[in-house]
Amino acid sequence: MKSPVRQFELLRPRTLREALTMLHNESGLVPLAGGTDLLVLMNAGTLPRGTHRFLDLWGLDELRSIRRTLIGRRPQLVFGALTTFTDCISSRTVLRDLPILAQAAREVGGPQIQNRGTLGGNIGNASPAADSLPVLRAADTELVLSSVAGERRIPLADYFTGYRTSVRRSDELITAIEVLVPPGKQSFRKVGTRAAQAISKVVLAAIGKRIALGSVAPTVVRATSVERYLAAGGSEFETARELLTDDIHPIDDIRSTAAYRLRVAQNLLGQLPTFQR
Amino acid sequence: MKCVGKNVLRAEGEDKVTGRAKYIDDLSFPGMIYGHTVRSSVARGRILSVARDPAFDWGGFTLVDHRAIPPGGRNIVAMIVEDQPFLAVDEVRHREEPILLIAHADPERLAEAVAHIEVHYAPEPAVLDLEHATTVLKELTISKGDLEQGFAQADRVVEGSYFTGAQEQLYIEPNGVIAVPGVDGKSITVYGSMQCPYYVQRALRLLLGLDETQVRVVQTTTGGGFGGKEEYPSILAGHAALLACAAGRPVKMVYDRLEDLVATTKRHPARIRHRTGVQRDGTLVAMEIEVDLDGGAYVTLSPVVLSRASIHATGPYRAPHVRVRGRVLQTNTPPTGAFRGFGAPQSQFGIELHMDRIAEELGIDPVALRQKNLYASGDVTATGQRLDGSVSAHEVLERALQRHVKKKRPKKKDGLLRGTGVATFFHGSGFTGGGEVKLASRAGIELTPRNVRLLVGSTEIGQGTRTMHAQIVADTLAIPYEWVETADPDTARVPDSGPTVASRTCMVVGRILQRAALDLQQALGPYRTPDEFRRRSRKLLAKRPALQFIAQYDRPGDIRWDDATYQGDAYGAYAWGCNIADVEVDPITYQARCTRLTAVIDIGKAIHPLLACGQIEGGSLQAVGWALYEEVVMRDGRMANGQLTNYIIPTTLDTPEILVELVENPYPHGPFGAKGVGECPVDGPAAAILNAIRQATGVRLNAIPATPEKIMQAMDAR
Repeated sequence: MKSPVRQFELLRPRTLREALTMLHNESGLVPLAGGTDLLVLMNAGTLPRGTHRFLDLWGLDELRSIRRTLIGRRPQLVFGALTTFTDCISSRTVLRDLPILAQAAREVGGPQIQNRGTLGGNIGNASPAADSLPVLRAADTELVLSSVAGERRIPLADYFTGYRTSVRRSDELITAIEVLVPPGKQSFRKVGTRAAQAISKVVLAAIGKRIALGSVAPTVVRATSVERYLAAGGSEFETARELLTDDIHPIDDIRSTAAYRLRVAQNLLGQLPTFQR
Repeated sequence: MKCVGKNVLRAEGEDKVTGRAKYIDDLSFPGMIYGHTVRSSVARGRILSVARDPAFDWGGFTLVDHRAIPPGGRNIVAMIVEDQPFLAVDEVRHREEPILLIAHADPERLAEAVAHIEVHYAPEPAVLDLEHATTVLKELTISKGDLEQGFAQADRVVEGSYFTGAQEQLYIEPNGVIAVPGVDGKSITVYGSMQCPYYVQRALRLLLGLDETQVRVVQTTTGGGFGGKEEYPSILAGHAALLACAAGRPVKMVYDRLEDLVATTKRHPARIRHRTGVQRDGTLVAMEIEVDLDGGAYVTLSPVVLSRASIHATGPYRAPHVRVRGRVLQTNTPPTGAFRGFGAPQSQFGIELHMDRIAEELGIDPVALRQKNLYASGDVTATGQRLDGSVSAHEVLERALQRHVKKKRPKKKDGLLRGTGVATFFHGSGFTGGGEVKLASRAGIELTPRNVRLLVGSTEIGQGTRTMHAQIVADTLAIPYEWVETADPDTARVPDSGPTVASRTCMVVGRILQRAALDLQQALGPYRTPDEFRRRSRKLLAKRPALQFIAQYDRPGDIRWDDATYQGDAYGAYAWGCNIADVEVDPITYQARCTRLTAVIDIGKAIHPLLACGQIEGGSLQAVGWALYEEVVMRDGRMANGQLTNYIIPTTLDTPEILVELVENPYPHGPFGAKGVGECPVDGPAAAILNAIRQATGVRLNAIPATPEKIMQAMDAR
């Protein structure tokens, strides 16, 4: 452990109310859910400067649930922010209404990480490589942000403001994720560095003609140009493939190259049922 | 009762699976403090100053730089050439080079303190890769016949260049030691995770100016080495010893994974060039080979790595006219070092890809081309060694072809591209050339009232040394395996059996132990049963307590070697092997996956078949990682992906089905016919996999790792 653990402080609220009060009253508190991102940084000694006070959310059972309602004829899944990937994998509701979320969850780390990693944490950490985000983004997802002042709802589409940044205020917690599942065939493919325990190089999730991609831009993105083309009745893959270059902005990093990410994203697009006639 | 050839219980297995075994980080000594290394942040430059923040509370810290080396000691890591310091003096030649050591009773305070130390440099231009390297650290040439004459006989000349990347050994347990200063102030004991206690002892003696009675080195339970704990522990032990002497307290230094990855040795990156004269029917007549290795900033063990790489560069193929020129080039990167295979995997990767290229250019089947040129008994190698007996190149290929039954393609179209590739290889057991004679290793046996105890400096690092040695001695003495125990490798107790490297621990050291056992037998006189053995031992012990039988390496009479001309018997014996790999390439993601790997290897005699197969499976998988996944990404001379999320080794899901078959073609001078096993499984898989990718996709890759990015590029270039 490269970080001086002795200097760390861990606040352990018993209720959501208490957690929100702590966040409100004290500055510099970092919400800690499953810890699967933060503990990596702690171990490597690469936490942002001044990060040494944590708000341990793990005990807040009220944030641990998956509920299903119907809005019109469309199912809406409401996830408590502490829903783990294991919860997603073993939920019959998820498997029925949003099976690609279970599929994405199965490809996150290994079972130990899946037991600790949470949907709220995956969003809060705001990595463009987060495996669940393209799925949530392909659906109609709203986040419930809570503070002592109350709740506000933000569409996931408006939540991220850039690479690892978001509209969440420091006194707010992500408490729920509301996912309205659109009709249409669902597909998901993660291309990682190996068959398991991999960070993604490209992730693509699609529900009908709604297409979201991860690891190819500073945040998770929708393939808006491609979607517009499809909505207007377009069906030529060659055109869609070209349009995708406007929608994503991959980079070279230690895991892969921009050229590879673009090409594979295009290839994955070509695998969608729309183009497989 | 015979146990050789049987899968007896592993000698140290119970301690390991029950958690009783203590690794270095499990140990503690009264008053122990923790050490840490301050390393260079430039690839090359002069050190202008090392400044400590005066505002920081330095109470309780021990700080040590090169000036702390005692008079009589030398700031040189004892290896082949005296060029590498334990601690930089006024210049640094690579990133992460040790400059300053710091210790404190509270390990958490070390990180704080390091942030308050500033080193100023005048950076100098650095050479960061093989492509730009020009300084030659070592050069050698192996010649046979007349190359010009050879090319004159050729119908065709085929050329090719091949590249292999660095690779991390990735033992589970990182490097770590504890140095305990003696009460007299003139001695030191170092405990640690290591392969070669006597290497560490020699390094400490030179560093501290002490004699062998003043330096004691004890190997603790070691979680893997793969060569990565051959030479590096000498440096770490030196650092801990300097701190311990300065503080007058035991000092523990255990690297975390990041430090271990960025600062310690890797497999040498290599560039192999071939120019081969070949006749229409596939007969090789001339081989001109250049082997260039990236040695990093200091010489370390590179000359011997080069030696093995060059001798194996022809692969197991006969040719009348050969010239191999080998070079180690210097770069301003952390020194590369020993890694399972020691240069042979790199150079045989080159020849095995090249053989497929030749086959293609001639329109001959790659297997047929190999069959035409593989060594047989009576053939003469590039160093002029006549191969007699225990030559199985043809047999391993035949058996691999039989074993690797063609699989039916799946009926359902899955779009994957499939191919199969072959590689044949050989691997010399033991030290190269005159190395074993120079080492003059010793090992022995002591009698105790209840059993016999092995005194051997060879270390158990997960590969089964203790079990296998005990089996050899038990059968030689005709006593139960359970009666043989092994003393912990401790320079105060066991003789110097040479390093635990080079596939020598069974064939060479096992043989020495066997001879010690025969000496013991002679002393006891004839006995018919184990009980009689015990009665006689007790009688002998009553007369001569603490009785030890130490034997020394005895050169098999027919071996000769000339270091000046690089001619002679390069190795006493060779293991022979063949890999066949099935590969699937996904044209959507360009990912290649090895789905099945057959490994047929002649190891002379499997003392413990299960352990031998385990070694072959593990080594094969390590080679799969090297071939497809493991990429050391260097930025400005430093490993940029020094964590296991980004340095990608294969998981179980990436592991092919591995079919292992052992061939036992005995070597008369090995114990029960045994030859080396540890390294050879790494020699072939990478080439077999790339040859399979060629068949699957039609693209020829000449470099590993064959990452999806590289495969995409190659497929685009078609």
